[in-house]
Amino acid sequence: MIHFVLLISRQGKVRLTKWYSPYTQKERTKVIRELSGVILSRGPKLCNFVEWRGLKVVYKRYASLYFCMCIDADDNELETLEIIHHFVEILDRYFGNVCELDLIFNFHKAYYILDEVLIAGELQESSKKSVARVIAAQDTLVENAKEQAGSITNMIAQATK
Amino acid sequence: MQNLMKALGPGQSGGLKMGTRLRDMIRAVRACKTAAEERGVIAKECANLRNAFKENDQDYRHRNVAKLMFIHMLGYPTHFGQMECLKLIASGGFPEKRIGYLGLMLLLDERQEVLMLVTNSLKNDLNHKNQFIAGLALCALGNICSAEMARDLAPEVEKLLHNNNSYIRKKAALCSVRIVRKVPDLIEYFTNPAVGLLTDKHHGVLIAAVKLCHELCQNSEAALEQMRKQVQTLVRILKNMVVSGYAPEYDVGGITDPFLQIRVLRLLRFVGKGDADSSDVMSDILAQVATNTEGNKNAGNAILYECVLTIMAIEAIGGLRVLAVNILGRFLANRDNNIRYVALNTLVKVVSVDTQAVQRHRTTIVECVKDSDVSIRRRALELVYALVNQSNVKALTKELLEYLKVSDQEFKSDLTAKICSLVQKFAPEKQWYIDQHILVMAEPGNYVKEEVLRTLIVVISNATELHGYTVRQLYRAMQRWSGQEGLAQVALWCIGEYGEMLINHLNELPGEEPLTVTESDAVDVIETVIKDVRSSSNTQAFALTALLKLSSRFSSTTQRIKDLIKPHKGSLTLELQQRSIEFGAILNRHDNIKGQLVERMPVLDEATYVSKKADGTGIALAADGKRATPVVGGDILANGGPKQETTNTLIDLLNLDADETPVNEPRKSAGDHLLSLLGVDPLSDSNVGTAPSVGTSSDNVLMDILSLGTPAASTAPSSSTSLFPPAPPADPFAGLGTAAPVDPFAPAGGNAPRKTSLLDELDVLPQVSRKTSLLDDLGPAVPKDKGSLLDGLDTIPIVPATTSAYPTVTALETSGLKVLFDFVKPPGNPQSTVIKASYINLSPSPYTDFIFQAAVPKFLQLQLEPASGSVLPASGGGVITQTINVTNTMHGQKSLLMKLRIIYKVDGQDKVEQGQVNNFPQGL
Repeated sequence: MIHFVLLISRQGKVRLTKWYSPYTQKERTKVIRELSGVILSRGPKLCNFVEWRGLKVVYKRYASLYFCMCIDADDNELETLEIIHHFVEILDRYFGNVCELDLIFNFHKAYYILDEVLIAGELQESSKKSVARVIAAQDTLVENAKEQAGSITNMIAQATK
Repeated sequence: MQNLMKALGPGQSGGLKMGTRLRDMIRAVRACKTAAEERGVIAKECANLRNAFKENDQDYRHRNVAKLMFIHMLGYPTHFGQMECLKLIASGGFPEKRIGYLGLMLLLDERQEVLMLVTNSLKNDLNHKNQFIAGLALCALGNICSAEMARDLAPEVEKLLHNNNSYIRKKAALCSVRIVRKVPDLIEYFTNPAVGLLTDKHHGVLIAAVKLCHELCQNSEAALEQMRKQVQTLVRILKNMVVSGYAPEYDVGGITDPFLQIRVLRLLRFVGKGDADSSDVMSDILAQVATNTEGNKNAGNAILYECVLTIMAIEAIGGLRVLAVNILGRFLANRDNNIRYVALNTLVKVVSVDTQAVQRHRTTIVECVKDSDVSIRRRALELVYALVNQSNVKALTKELLEYLKVSDQEFKSDLTAKICSLVQKFAPEKQWYIDQHILVMAEPGNYVKEEVLRTLIVVISNATELHGYTVRQLYRAMQRWSGQEGLAQVALWCIGEYGEMLINHLNELPGEEPLTVTESDAVDVIETVIKDVRSSSNTQAFALTALLKLSSRFSSTTQRIKDLIKPHKGSLTLELQQRSIEFGAILNRHDNIKGQLVERMPVLDEATYVSKKADGTGIALAADGKRATPVVGGDILANGGPKQETTNTLIDLLNLDADETPVNEPRKSAGDHLLSLLGVDPLSDSNVGTAPSVGTSSDNVLMDILSLGTPAASTAPSSSTSLFPPAPPADPFAGLGTAAPVDPFAPAGGNAPRKTSLLDELDVLPQVSRKTSLLDDLGPAVPKDKGSLLDGLDTIPIVPATTSAYPTVTALETSGLKVLFDFVKPPGNPQSTVIKASYINLSPSPYTDFIFQAAVPKFLQLQLEPASGSVLPASGGGVITQTINVTNTMHGQKSLLMKLRIIYKVDGQDKVEQGQVNNFPQGL
């Protein structure tokens, strides 16, 4: 299973964290500090796996962002790389050529997408299209609700003018 | 309306309540140039958020929670907003719920009590008619539910497994994975629905269902049985993907849904393991996957990797295995580091199944040990370690040693430990064993562990014919010494022990390069080490002992050795100071006995060491958990190890006696320590085994003790007592100091042979000697014998050799009077003891009509001889002595006990002193 997902920028800033195993706030900070030290210092030609505390961290760099997933020692590392890529491709389609700034300002959307890809540290959907579809449907729901709320506020505003 | 009212209301900051937009806050944080600035922005934002939460602001609650999540991600505390998430979840609209659930998953985890409050909302949302709201609830439950919630909501989730919407089904299946992980009792409950999902058409549902089945099988034998009936279904799922054409929705680099394929393969592995029938059913499709999957992309390799693991795990036929091993061979030759990593990782698992197949790739694997990537190196090293056997150990060790020279710092300790353990395990001959260790130790840095050094010393000690060779090799290695502690310690030990072989070319092996060393060259080596700032105090202690040993082997360098030992008299390290003072005393004042004192160590018993090392626990415990050094402990001590090891030697000595005489006396302090050791010591019947090895030096103490111990049953307890007199009542060493006027030889009646045996004793019992000299030297209260090791020592260790003396005991001490007891044990009668009492007047006026009276418990018989006089001169100007004969009828069970009454006249006035003596030495 995937114990946690981390997105770290090249400067070591955290862009997204998702914990599927219980870690206290203190442990989380420590894990992030430890791993960003290890991963950011690795050269470009090395393999994408780091053995860490009896687990393995699979990471991949996309532009300025490192996508890291921590898995059990006997999980399939190559598959995890594929899951990371799967997630990145979905993000890319959603934001249209995704960049770090998209993930900073729309961090909640990145989380929504991640929640459609993984649950309980396990992959839930292998079709990018279907993830895109449900995210779009949910965004529409939110938009509609906002519009409705907007029109009500307008009506109130006009009535009380 | 509400907004308007708030804006118009009396609140002092109506505008602020609305706060900034999320986007603006993120911008503000990003604009911060320093961490302090960022903290300021966050603090201000948090204050606003707290206010908003307090005022129960509904309109901007979702935005506020979103801000809080961002703040949380930056690592600031956000517990104050947890309740807001619950409120959002409880509200009706999708947007609020969406952000509320996200906040719940980010800000809380399963250990927070608050989470329980959300159970009811979750229950409602799980049954919501909007699929997305139900999906949110399932997702939250799957990601953070606690065991209690899992139990409460399992029925709802199970119901959703049969939902006609695939979006709900797949989420419910993964949610069930979490539930059975948290509450394994529920496995049975989920087994049937999980199996039912395996026939689903939707890939998302299949992925989740296969995972759920895997989870169930892992934890339940019944579920596994049921799954074995479904192998056909699983094979069909896999087959559909392998043979089907292009499926755009699930295509990854020309492969149909690698994720699902991998999951099915993994479940097959679990089902097929140990079950020949299932294995048989799946072998066709496995062969198909292994041959048809393209290995040019990562996705394909991921499947191949999983497939190989499955083939190696199930009861596969030989042909299939060959296929798998070939794939691994291809992986290993791949240029991609990821693939090579995976290959090495898999080969470690294969090595136990098929060693031959892995041995074929040995050269490639050894190359990988030198890879630039630490992950690959680790895997490769692990694999090499598994591959080594008697036949290839030389070649592989050579490779590893070469690599050790160039490897990273962080990697060296791992590698060193591995090399040493391989050499220990597979070394074909001792010379090679020693050579390899010297090579490893000669590497810069201190990576060789102490146990390894100790084992090495035992091995060297046993390889009698290699002593000369070893010491010369070590001498050569020391010529290029650059601070390696391990090398220095072993080399110094050997030079100390076998120094003369260095000079005299003894035991030269055929083909050995001749080496000319003078006595002063050998001392040079020690000097280098002792004067080097990199040497630890431990190493310096080795050096001091080596010097002492050499002082009797080399005649021309005595003055130099003295000069080298001297400076440490002022060392701040207690150990070094002690050694320096003691050794100085031996060199300066006891030249005549020095030769015997620094005899070569007897050969260390290898078998004993190994068995003790394996047992370990007892000794490790006794040595205060610091050093698990059994027999070798003793030897290293003689050469430099710290004190605890002395104890071990003693034990070994005592042990030989103790197995004949059960030690049942209660012991205190050090004695206690001994007792506990004796209790756990696995060696208690090794008498016979150890004796011959000891026999090398005829007048060795070990022999002394042994030979004495066998006939006289009382020796064991008595010797142990003398070595460790009971501390609490009256420190025997302190007593010694004050007893200085009494001739230490007196009680035993000194004679020449005893002297020798005493000094032999010194070789094995440095703890006692050290302690004494320390007292003599440091105790300001002690008047005489500064720095005299042997004077202090005399009274004590004579005992085990002659079985006649015990430390002097201060029986009574008041402001004006002191009573000292010396003990003599008449030979042949362990029950009786002769006490020589001496009375000293400490006051300025003389005592007259001095009468000493004593009373004892029933188990003792007492006989008082007439005293030497009845007048005691003032200020210690004279002594009255008196002999007391005591017979202990419960010898070995109870120790002596005595009540004293002393009556005398001072200036015409009667005085009475009373007291109880319970500080008799043990074993009387």
